Amino acid sequence: MIQASAVSWRYGATPVIDGVSVAALPGRVLGLIGPNGSGKTTVLRLLHGALRSPTGRITVDGDRLPSLSPRETARRMAVVVQENGGETALTVAEMVLLGRSPHLSTFQRAGRDDHEIAARCLARVGATHLGPRPFSGLSGGERQRVLIARALAQQATHLLLDEPTNHLDIRYQHEVLGLVRGLGTCSVVVLHDLNLAARYCDDLVLLGRGQVVAAGPVDEVLDPAVLEPVYGIGIKRLDLDGHPHLLFHPFSEEAA
Amino acid sequence: MALTSVVHDVLGLRAQRRRTTLWLLALTAFLVVTAVAAVGTGAIAISPGTVARILGRQLFGLGAVTWTPPQEAIVWQVRFPRVLLGLLVGAGLAVCGVALQAMVRNVLADPYLLGINSGASSGAAAAILFGAGAGFGQYALSTSAFLGALAASLLVFLVARSGGRVTSIRLLLAGVAVGYALYATTSFLIFASGSAEGARSVIFWLLGSLGLARWDALLALAAVVIGGTAVYLTVTGRRLDALAIGDETAHTLGLNPDRFRLRLLVVVSLCVGVLVSAAGSIGFVGLVVPHLARRLVGAPHVRVVPVAALLGAILLVWADVIARVLLAPQEIPIGIITALLGAPFLLVLIRRLHGGQS
Repeated sequence: MIQASAVSWRYGATPVIDGVSVAALPGRVLGLIGPNGSGKTTVLRLLHGALRSPTGRITVDGDRLPSLSPRETARRMAVVVQENGGETALTVAEMVLLGRSPHLSTFQRAGRDDHEIAARCLARVGATHLGPRPFSGLSGGERQRVLIARALAQQATHLLLDEPTNHLDIRYQHEVLGLVRGLGTCSVVVLHDLNLAARYCDDLVLLGRGQVVAAGPVDEVLDPAVLEPVYGIGIKRLDLDGHPHLLFHPFSEEAA
Repeated sequence: MALTSVVHDVLGLRAQRRRTTLWLLALTAFLVVTAVAAVGTGAIAISPGTVARILGRQLFGLGAVTWTPPQEAIVWQVRFPRVLLGLLVGAGLAVCGVALQAMVRNVLADPYLLGINSGASSGAAAAILFGAGAGFGQYALSTSAFLGALAASLLVFLVARSGGRVTSIRLLLAGVAVGYALYATTSFLIFASGSAEGARSVIFWLLGSLGLARWDALLALAAVVIGGTAVYLTVTGRRLDALAIGDETAHTLGLNPDRFRLRLLVVVSLCVGVLVSAAGSIGFVGLVVPHLARRLVGAPHVRVVPVAALLGAILLVWADVIARVLLAPQEIPIGIITALLGAPFLLVLIRRLHGGQS
């Protein structure tokens, strides 16, 4: 469980995040949604401590984030960031094996168990065949799956993902999010696509201009009346097979 | 048995490990051959067998004396310290190059290009000419070289950091600028001091030489510091891997990137300070060797660091042999040889960089 209360961040004089509170509950998938520039990625960075909020507090399973060592933080939170390490000369297998670092002491080498965990995690994202290949030679979608495998290899109690479906074709978008959901781990996902959020998240936080506009179960947040002013686009909602589906149209067409 | 191990090694991890072990063994063997051959080469040639027997007796007390006292003096007092210093300096430059390339995520990083060598030169020159750091006794030279190296590397990093993030291009430009400024400072200091052998000293500090090698405290210090640096960088190999990918990745893998980078900077400065005070400023080894090492054993630093250390040691000793023999009895500064060998490699590297971007 990750709880953030009244956190904020500014780049220079411009506040990017202003008094935001979010809670990621055990066993549930929390989606962070909002238009470009609403501060989704910044909130995620604050949650895993890459940025230190000057205000408020963040706790992970009850412990305040700054009090945890970097290594302990990495054992509790595995993060898939957008930085993709394109220049590295590591192979895919070596990349995934790096996910074991928080569990190994300085003098300890990765052993048989670690190799098996890495192999299993690669298999879970359907990338076993990529194992011996150089990471830098992969396509965007393949890289994303490998980075998710690395996060899985971390075996952390929380999983945070920043736009994990970027560069993925439609099938892998669903496979990756289905995988995250199937883990049963407390997860936080930054998502652009509201329909993916509708299908794979339990709870949503809608951000607009650095503040929380709405938060709660998917069903409540994905209300056209809530979303339309934030995104500036007309939205119709259909409920099919128990999932909300959103259809979008420019306001100008509605008027016509 | 062979079949099952292949089946189990779908990720290719074990094959890589075996490959690394083989390279380490082969390079260690070649290192020994190199040392014996280099000690035997010179104005008075001494057969490898005699060299091996003299070294065996001196190091391990083995065998009976079958050689002349002058031969023993040449091998033990003159050439072996020189070869030993060459091995140490080559290994030190190579592992510092590996660390800097991971740290700044640029394949062109090396202590020479980033101005760290020239910082060490300035510090060392100040110590010799004006007695700076005299309080440190026989370590005054190394101490002021270390402080010079540390000051130069911090300056380069601070300049490159203005604006929040360190970018590779700014780092390299800052390194070149600081490097030139400090070279000029070193040369100026030497000429201004009016020392009789001023001109020769400039060449020593700018192009390097192993000619000052003796059985002294400096050689012992170099062995301890360079050995320690190589071990430290091997042990922290996984962290170097993470840092080389990116700060955010390093953070998510449980590493504080800023603190680690600062620690690396101090270790590298110490190592460069010591090796520059012993052998002057030698370029290209730190740039070229890491690439060769990665070619042989792949990218993980736990493998690259020891392989680079061995390769650098071997390369520098051969460069020194060429420097001694090519225009004998005149001796060429070793930096000229490493530049002649390294520059073509750099050109190939630049061409490949362009290929990658287009």
